[in-house]
Amino acid sequence: MERLGGWLDMIALAMAGKKSPWGKPSGDGGGAGGDDGDASGEPAAPPPTSEGQPKGPRNPWLPGGSEERPRRSASIEDIFKHRGPEGPRRKAGPGGPGFQIPRRPGGGSWFPLVIGALVVFTVLFSMVHVIGPKEQAIVTTFGKYSRTLHSGLSLTAPWPIQQVDTEQVSEFRVNAIPDGTAQRLMLTGDQNLVDLSYIVRWNIKDLKQFRFQLAAPEETVREIAEYAMRAEVAEKGLNDVFSGAGRADIELRVTERMQALLDAYRAGIAVQGVQIRKTDPPSQVEEAFKNVSAAQQDAESYVNQANGVAQQVLARAQGDAAAFDKVYVQYKLAPEVTRRRMYYETMERVLRQTDKTVVEGTGVTPYLPLREMRKPVEEPVAR
Amino acid sequence: METVWRHHKGSLIAVIALVVLMFASLIVVPETQMAVIIRNGEPVTVVNKFRPGQPFGRTGAGIWWRLPGFDRVEYIDKRVLNVDMDEQQVLSTDQLRLNVDAYARFRVIDPVRMVRSAGTLDTVQSQLSQILSSVVRQELGRRSFASLLTAERGTTMHNIRTLLDTQARNYGAQVIDVRIKRADLPDGTPLESAFSRMKTARDQEAATIRAGGQKNAQIIRATAEAQAAKISADAFGKDPQFYDFYRAMQSYDSTFAAGSEGGSQIILNDSNDYLRQFRTGGH
Repeated sequence: MERLGGWLDMIALAMAGKKSPWGKPSGDGGGAGGDDGDASGEPAAPPPTSEGQPKGPRNPWLPGGSEERPRRSASIEDIFKHRGPEGPRRKAGPGGPGFQIPRRPGGGSWFPLVIGALVVFTVLFSMVHVIGPKEQAIVTTFGKYSRTLHSGLSLTAPWPIQQVDTEQVSEFRVNAIPDGTAQRLMLTGDQNLVDLSYIVRWNIKDLKQFRFQLAAPEETVREIAEYAMRAEVAEKGLNDVFSGAGRADIELRVTERMQALLDAYRAGIAVQGVQIRKTDPPSQVEEAFKNVSAAQQDAESYVNQANGVAQQVLARAQGDAAAFDKVYVQYKLAPEVTRRRMYYETMERVLRQTDKTVVEGTGVTPYLPLREMRKPVEEPVAR
Repeated sequence: METVWRHHKGSLIAVIALVVLMFASLIVVPETQMAVIIRNGEPVTVVNKFRPGQPFGRTGAGIWWRLPGFDRVEYIDKRVLNVDMDEQQVLSTDQLRLNVDAYARFRVIDPVRMVRSAGTLDTVQSQLSQILSSVVRQELGRRSFASLLTAERGTTMHNIRTLLDTQARNYGAQVIDVRIKRADLPDGTPLESAFSRMKTARDQEAATIRAGGQKNAQIIRATAEAQAAKISADAFGKDPQFYDFYRAMQSYDSTFAAGSEGGSQIILNDSNDYLRQFRTGGH
């Protein structure tokens, strides 16, 4: 690290040196340069009048009184001049300013050593591999497959000889089909259409097959999923696709179909599951489907109403029968009396509430003013 | 440095030349590719050629050599490749239309032949795609619409694969699999008529369900009435004469009751039984 720090310093030195793009190096100022921050900026500035204070950026926090002095801003060069170990060296160096590679004690250059160290570092870095818990890696030696690295720390030959390609293996990948929320219609076996979307979860079960066998494994998974789902839905009727059991069956069989095909391709992929996210009727006929469920509700409500009426009728009949039974028990005890009593009571109730006309005598032909009788009569004709 | 350069000038140049030559004459063939070495325009060797059942690691991949200046190396993908077809409209035997989208998977098994006949993989893929389209149209067009949907049943897919494979062999390729990705009704009339068929089928279902509900409701009501009749008959059958009287009383009550509609006027003849006492004066 120390060596590296020195290297950085050297770069800084080079930037502040002779080739500094920000201005003239102070060495050209006639040897007057140095810690005073003199000369390079404004040689025409009047010297300090009273104090032996060095010229430079005025401290704005000091009390004034020296208004006549021209204000001079700090240049970047000034800032660099006061920094780092190169400052004094530059002043002392007889060879003038400029970039100097520091020498080794033996007089040789550090440069080859630094390069060498970097190369060694890179090589070492390409030999050690940390494989994460979900990962595996494939080692190829000059392009040829050598071995598979599992989780943990592994060593390989350095980079140009062996290459290591790390991949997430056990992590489940999820493909949603279709991608967006747009309607994707699929034909069922009874030639109806269903808007179906689903997801496929899969992971890699054999990394080297996954890497080397198929040109586009991800796309293959997707296409196989589309094929398997289409083929499966085409063997089912619309109602099966909508029903929960039918969906579960489809999910299972699509998974099996996909896995069989992927194994046949030797894709090194394990399908973990297929989940149907939605099965909807096409939006164009949604109303008709809603009508069916409305009809089901209607049918149920008809039955409910009928049940209500039936209960009423039954209760009524039971009530009537019970009432009759009660009365009949009494009637049996004294038939004639009860009968007369009931007759009179009923007649009382009936006649009390209605208009009555009593026609007396058998010889009288009753004259009925039928027209008048149609209207409610204010006074009874006779009482 | 200077002295080293001065003393070993010749050998250094030789080493550098050797390294350059080595880099020019050695090629790296990865597992995923085959290399056809073409010497003066004539394919001489295939490196890492595909052989079925060969495990990875024991293939021909790795370092190989060539004659710099004479040999040209053509790399060809060794993996299973994809042929994607444009969506095709297929006319079934019963004159219905279906948009079919299929894919094929193939791999190059004879790279020399492929280099001779097609040159590049892109050419092979585009030509196979066209062949696939026509084969799919031709084979599926021999089936009825209903059996198009389940094309996996029967020999259709096998025929398509065989036909495509025969063609692919000319390019040094082998077709592994052909699958129908999508089979959709074309936009416009076919889709609209399918929608209207679905709609009418649903409407019919809805009507059936409603009628079924009404039927059930009727049955329930009739059953209840029958039960009620039975209950009444059981009760009133004990004494029909008394029932007649009893019911008549109830009937008078409700017919001439105060709230009954239209109001009632009763004209009683004095021979009425109710007025018997009224008439006879208690005798």
